[in-house]
Amino acid sequence: MKFSIVVQSSPFSGQSPATALRFAKSVLEQGHELYRVFFYSEATLTASELISPPQDEVNLNKEWADLAKQYKLDVVVCIAAAVKRGVLDTNEAKRYEKSAANLDPAYELSGLGQLAEAIAVSDRIITFGGQ
Amino acid sequence: MSKKSVLILNRTSPYGSSKPREALDIALTCSIFEMPVSLLFLDDGVLQLVKNQKPEALGQKNLESILSSLPMYDIENLYVSEEALLIHALTEEDLSLPVAVLNSDQIADQINNHNTVLTF
Repeated sequence: MKFSIVVQSSPFSGQSPATALRFAKSVLEQGHELYRVFFYSEATLTASELISPPQDEVNLNKEWADLAKQYKLDVVVCIAAAVKRGVLDTNEAKRYEKSAANLDPAYELSGLGQLAEAIAVSDRIITFGGQ
Repeated sequence: MSKKSVLILNRTSPYGSSKPREALDIALTCSIFEMPVSLLFLDDGVLQLVKNQKPEALGQKNLESILSSLPMYDIENLYVSEEALLIHALTEEDLSLPVAVLNSDQIADQINNHNTVLTF
């Protein structure tokens, strides 16, 4: 089955962002396709490579990046939601005249159209961090 | 691209978080992709529809203007939970848009009848 995952919650609040990661791993381990992971809303903060939790705590930024590399996942971050919260790639940093960019290279900034397209082609859309 | 129907559940109050805006952004985007979109307001989400909001006092943008543009995007299926209206002591006349009021069985039917459900 073809899944896509939408993550909405901040990497540091609640259980849902960690559950999203475990769900993604299970989907892949069971041989399903993970078409796209879409980070929206507060979850766009996950894509900041500056996230530096203490060593004995889970680093969701790195966990997703490692999973993306292992399975060549399409990990998309909503550009409007990310830029608003200070998660910028080099292009956006230039556009907004900021002194630095912080988007982890395992993630890609793109528009909500990527979520609409994932909805159109996936068998299941699973949201984490909704109400 | 196949035309999957999308139901967006709005459950949060209008100005307590960015969720209502983000839900509307994805509704408009799916509509631009010619996907049939429905919005269902329940729990505190019904407060998003209350008329004559003045969020300027909070330094926030008015949701009402975005909501009123929904018909222009061909988003005309707007549903509201009967129970949520009752809990918030609201009637249809308090709302800024024409909506269909659904009981819990009808809400379950709508969730069943759509291909994809997103919650905000």
